[in-house]
Amino acid sequence: MYQFSSKLKISAIALMVVGLIGIIIGFASAPSTEAEVAEILAHQESHGTHGEAHATKEVAHHDAHAEVAHENHHEGVKHDAHTVDAHETEAHAEGHSDHHLAHVLHQLQNRPWAAFYVALFFFTFVTIVVFAFLNIQRVAQAGWSIVLFRVMEGISGFLPYVSVIFIVFLVITAFHGNHLFVWMADGTVDPTSANYDELIANKQAWLNTPRWLISGIIYLVGWNVFRYLNRKYSLLQDNAGDLVNYYKNYKIGVAFLAFFIFTESMSVWDWIMGLDPHWFSTLFGWYVLATALVSALTVIAMVTVYLKSKGYLEVVNNSHLHDLAKFMFGFSIFWSYLWFAQFMLIWYADMPEETVYFVQRFDDYKFLFLGMIPLNFILPVLMLVNSDFKRIPQIVLGVGTIILVGHYIDVFVMIMPGTVGDQWGFGITEIASILFFLGLFIYAVFTTISKAPLIAKGNPFLHESEHFHY
Amino acid sequence: MSTNKVIHALYNDDDVLMDAVKTVKEANHHIEEVFTPFPVHGLDKLLGLPHTRLAICAFLYGLTGLAFAIWMTNYMMIDNWPQDIGGKPSFSWIVNMPAFVPIMFELTVFFAAHLMVITFYMRSRLWPFKEAENPDPRTTDDIFLMEIPVHNNEEELTALLNTTNAVEIKVIEKH
Repeated sequence: MYQFSSKLKISAIALMVVGLIGIIIGFASAPSTEAEVAEILAHQESHGTHGEAHATKEVAHHDAHAEVAHENHHEGVKHDAHTVDAHETEAHAEGHSDHHLAHVLHQLQNRPWAAFYVALFFFTFVTIVVFAFLNIQRVAQAGWSIVLFRVMEGISGFLPYVSVIFIVFLVITAFHGNHLFVWMADGTVDPTSANYDELIANKQAWLNTPRWLISGIIYLVGWNVFRYLNRKYSLLQDNAGDLVNYYKNYKIGVAFLAFFIFTESMSVWDWIMGLDPHWFSTLFGWYVLATALVSALTVIAMVTVYLKSKGYLEVVNNSHLHDLAKFMFGFSIFWSYLWFAQFMLIWYADMPEETVYFVQRFDDYKFLFLGMIPLNFILPVLMLVNSDFKRIPQIVLGVGTIILVGHYIDVFVMIMPGTVGDQWGFGITEIASILFFLGLFIYAVFTTISKAPLIAKGNPFLHESEHFHY
Repeated sequence: MSTNKVIHALYNDDDVLMDAVKTVKEANHHIEEVFTPFPVHGLDKLLGLPHTRLAICAFLYGLTGLAFAIWMTNYMMIDNWPQDIGGKPSFSWIVNMPAFVPIMFELTVFFAAHLMVITFYMRSRLWPFKEAENPDPRTTDDIFLMEIPVHNNEEELTALLNTTNAVEIKVIEKH
């Protein structure tokens, strides 16, 4: 049995407390009036940050008209609406300024919500995909991974915690607690409203708040029911004389995987693609799955290495680690393949309604957007292509850290452009959200692991797994 | 005396063969060659054969292919005749790079795979019309054969091999 060390427990709680304080500071420091926003923009201008183009446009509208137009030209599609405004007569400059301030106010108010949402989504998806991987191993009757089942079950133990937060978040969002999803704003589907958006109105059958909220709850509750049953039969099998529970878990695994592949895709439409309701991509569900899959394998490998280093997993040898690292390597390439397939098809055809998605990311998020490629593709491939390296725990931990950072950035670049646009940053709220969920993750996972023996005794493939050698 | 005499010890089971290899190795005799009808797992380790470096070759061939693809696309599409084809940017290689990735990928795989296979053929001396080197045709079907050179120790070797459950032991003059 694993003993949850008090040192780790205290660290986890400390992370949660520090994270929670940071999140509260983030929410408290978000501007609430347009006057504050004007001040922030003026501040940004004096510092010459990425808000420069904005501020120039607002403050120096009269004499610097030519310069403004020039800057707008460079900014391209990003400020499409504003570019048009800036070319209008100077008399309109004041009205435009107000409109712009309202826009930036929304973005700045979104920032703590979006920062929290990035961490929430990342940790939820990694956890549910760890559970999906566990079920893939069950259904495929894999012989090597039985000794890791309790590690995967332990990580899945985070799912109930994060699901509760997620459902609360969904309810708050659905009842207009934040402005993350533009299609939820009042009047988007009302032709008489100033806010009317025909594209969103046409998607009303899918993009409506009751359907969105109910589906979201169905996905999360469904996943938790499967996780609960899986854990129950897995523990029952430990002391069973027959294989009844094993076969039950096999069937549950098949049902879950069928349920998961639909709900995963739909939840990604709801929770991520819905942030950019004018844009759509057919392989987006797979793409997000690939991100979560490689992160999930990395998390399994890291928790395994940690437990082994503490002497709790004697039967896990470097061949098991080698297999996990192979999956990290393979899924890194799979992620790159999907990332590139999505990017290149849109880049090649260059249809404006699709390209705008990447234009925004190239203009405002260039460093992160392009920085993902070395982190998520080049480094993992070069480090893990070597068979000997895959057996060294330190290398797996190092590459794993790179992969997790890279895929966190990936989720960040999926969520931020549609919610905060060019007003993004990486400050207290963003870091605090990560720390909070990391602390909760450590607490939940190691609590779950400490509640059951680390070896799933009753599995018929256990003997094969203990002697697995590659 | 005969310097090119060898002993052929024949076995009909891979486990028996592995035990025999272990016995002969422990008695410090050099094993010239082992012939098997199919891959026997762990035999290379038992014989102390060095690890293959084919994977390293393949990696380098892949890099060659990647470099070739980059040079080729740059030369053809950017340097030599930078036409406007359907609005694709041909001002520099990098701005049109996504269009070249499928070629880069395929040529990397092509070079890595084919050159590695050719390297394998050359290193293991395999080609059409090459004369087969079977010491005994049964080794392609169900017999395992261990070949040990004799250096004035024929009796000692034969006695040792007799303890290893060999189905047949032959002393052969090699030309």
